[in-house]
Amino acid sequence: MFGKLTWSAIPWSQPVPLITGVAVFAIVLGVLALVIVKGWWPYLWREWITSVDHKRIGVMYVILGLVMLLRGFSDAIMMRSQQAIAVGTAHGWMPPEHYDQVFSAHGTIMIFFVAMPFVIGLINFVMPLQLGIRDVAFPVLNSISFWLTCAGVLLVNISLVVGEFARTGWLAYPPLSELAYSPGVGVDYYLWSLQISGLGTLMTGVNFVTTILKMRAPGMRYTRMPVFCWTALASSLLIVAAFPILTATFAMLLLDRYLGMHFFTNTGGGNAMMYINLIWAWGHPEVYILILPAFGIFSEVIATFSGKPLFGYRSMVTATMAICILSFLVWLHHFFTMGAGADVNGFFGVMTMIIAVPTGVKVFNWLFTIYGGRLVFSTPILWSLGFMVTFVIGGMTGVLLAVPPADFVLHNSLFLIAHFHNVIIGGVVFGVMAGYNYWFPKAFGFTLDERLGKASFWCWLIGFYLAFMPLYVLGLMGMTRRMQHYSNPAWQPWLIVAAAGAALILVGVVLQIAQLIVSIRTRQARRDLTGDPWNGRTLEWSTPSPPPAYNFAVLPKVEGIDAWWAMKQAGAPRAAPTYEPIEAPRNSAAGFIAAFFAVMIGFALIWHIWWLALVGILGAFVTVLTSAWRLDDEEEIPAAEVARLEASHGPRLEQGA
Amino acid sequence: MTDATADMFDEGVLALEGGGDEGPAPRDIIVSYGFWIFILSDMVLFSALFASYAVLAGRTAGGPSGAQLFDLRRVFAETACLLLSSFCCGLMSLSIEARRVRGTYIGAALTFALGAAFLALELSEFVGMVAAGDGPSRSAFLSAFFTLVGTHGAHVTCGLIWLTVMMAQVATLGFRDKVVRRLRCFALFWHALDIVWVALFTVVYLIGAR
Repeated sequence: MFGKLTWSAIPWSQPVPLITGVAVFAIVLGVLALVIVKGWWPYLWREWITSVDHKRIGVMYVILGLVMLLRGFSDAIMMRSQQAIAVGTAHGWMPPEHYDQVFSAHGTIMIFFVAMPFVIGLINFVMPLQLGIRDVAFPVLNSISFWLTCAGVLLVNISLVVGEFARTGWLAYPPLSELAYSPGVGVDYYLWSLQISGLGTLMTGVNFVTTILKMRAPGMRYTRMPVFCWTALASSLLIVAAFPILTATFAMLLLDRYLGMHFFTNTGGGNAMMYINLIWAWGHPEVYILILPAFGIFSEVIATFSGKPLFGYRSMVTATMAICILSFLVWLHHFFTMGAGADVNGFFGVMTMIIAVPTGVKVFNWLFTIYGGRLVFSTPILWSLGFMVTFVIGGMTGVLLAVPPADFVLHNSLFLIAHFHNVIIGGVVFGVMAGYNYWFPKAFGFTLDERLGKASFWCWLIGFYLAFMPLYVLGLMGMTRRMQHYSNPAWQPWLIVAAAGAALILVGVVLQIAQLIVSIRTRQARRDLTGDPWNGRTLEWSTPSPPPAYNFAVLPKVEGIDAWWAMKQAGAPRAAPTYEPIEAPRNSAAGFIAAFFAVMIGFALIWHIWWLALVGILGAFVTVLTSAWRLDDEEEIPAAEVARLEASHGPRLEQGA
Repeated sequence: MTDATADMFDEGVLALEGGGDEGPAPRDIIVSYGFWIFILSDMVLFSALFASYAVLAGRTAGGPSGAQLFDLRRVFAETACLLLSSFCCGLMSLSIEARRVRGTYIGAALTFALGAAFLALELSEFVGMVAAGDGPSRSAFLSAFFTLVGTHGAHVTCGLIWLTVMMAQVATLGFRDKVVRRLRCFALFWHALDIVWVALFTVVYLIGAR
């Protein structure tokens, strides 16, 4: 009846996951109870859960990313504390089987459920506003994508209390991830949650590519698009081209595990190295899916706070697209030691070094944008400056790892761990934090507290260096990754410093939470009435904060780069336009319901409850049919209503200029 | 980027509808374009499966090879069914653009019947192989074969369900804009499956049967 699921799946004898699980469960129940008691449910359902507004969906993605950041970060704290003490006769506080789950969950969560939602959320919120349009190409699909991502998140978190998570590392290399060596449900949780959320990501990519290529405001030619939109385009193209590889690869591993096939097994002619090739053919582009939009954020932030147009717009665009293509030609550098031979390794080593060239172009462009400008040292610009220094260091250690002979010495050591945290934290995390501080007032209509924001930045920055510079040293000393215990006492002092760094980052995280709370409490004093708090350059700042559901009552006419800046320079407010009725998409519960069934299907397949999987598939099918027959999916906002809403914000241009 | 290439982006080959001065493209174009992008992603999925098949094609682990298993006459019949099905789908599309209900139904019925015949032939091949002990768990080669060919078959199955649903939509909702747009997407999908089949027929069956 319940497949492999029995009461023994609950970790009764392991206090850490049990207590954590109970606590999380209690918090979720408490929040739900509060929502119901306070009567917030209809509001949440109407304004958020069923919303197909790209801005609402973007905000929900970012909230999802922030919540999961707490989960992934607590995994990091657990690992750092374990390694700080588990030397020699001491074995720390985590048993190996638990430690292995923690590092696997940390990587999986941080990449798929923190970085991806955060980046996709910011693109979702900002890109249509910057393009001067009213929504993405497929608003309902956008909602489905978001809720499928949530379904993946939910499955990963269920694994904390029901069963176990993978102990295979974040990419689940076979043969370890095959049934013979991982007979439990951990790898299945990993595979199904990523298949479901990956489907959502793929549809987001399709949606964004279509939006950017087919739906720009009049006059918004390719060479006038804000750089953030270019990076969003590059990132979305990479999603469309790379995520199907991930889906296919995971599907093959699932077939091995469920139907006894032999893609990656040791027996029957399988080839485990094929998995590693395929997964990195997705995995390397994935790195750029995350970092390119971060580059876009820095471009916007640096231009705005320097009060200058971005230096070298066209070289920036060219560099972005060059990286987009080159990112598919470097995947083999993740496994130089596999034995592909000197020629193959040489080619991929050289390609890896070449990809550093357009990245270097970008760094110089940012520096030249600042040069001669009047830089405002706001929180977003601090994150940007911190990024430039940190990312360049990470890039240089990356070029070092791109030299195959050096890689043979350093691979799988903590040097590698230090390198990729150096570029992911220094690049992606700093980028989304800059974007979060930069666009927050646009989303909510009030600015974030600068003092706490800056304090948080400094804790993150210094904490980062304390936590990861020792790992470079440890890598050179020969310490490999993923060690639950080690016997060399010379490593311990460095690991204690790294743990202290993690603690300092924790202070930074707490300060960010404090920043949010303080800013909400003092929001009346920090209202953004102009819609343009930073004297911005691109079209999102031409709307009120927060923008109305339809974004633009009249689509803007774009005459050049930095369209809003040009409008402000031209000065005179537009003559009161004649408003026309606006077709707006209606709310849809399809995403939420589809995700409900997706969780049901995933859970049923993980535990081999076949009848429940069938019920879930049937439910999902009925959901699709229901929305296919829906005819009232659009509503018209009458011209008079548009005029009323617009009048309530006042003439934007006068105030903005 | 030089000015010349910039002009090419702005005014030349890439300045199609929705790409330049006139604002967002019409809904028809957005929907078909988005579906094209989805089909491209599906092609990437198939190329990953093709690549895996190419790697594992010789790994028979003592089991039978393609030459012993494949019956090219059956594959010829499958190909004929699928290509004729696509032809009928084309006729259906013409009827749809002319808003002819009966022509649409006839085209759809032929498309469905030929697609179902293809599936039946494929299933009988699979059943025969499994019954002879040459199922997907026999060897890496057979795992890759069943997965690649089966994924195409699963797409055809989804296409048949989709076509059925679309005919129900035509019957109940008529040729509304959104129904017509969906029918166009279906036609794109159905023709794309032909392209995959041509590659599959060549790489798996023709090369494998030697």
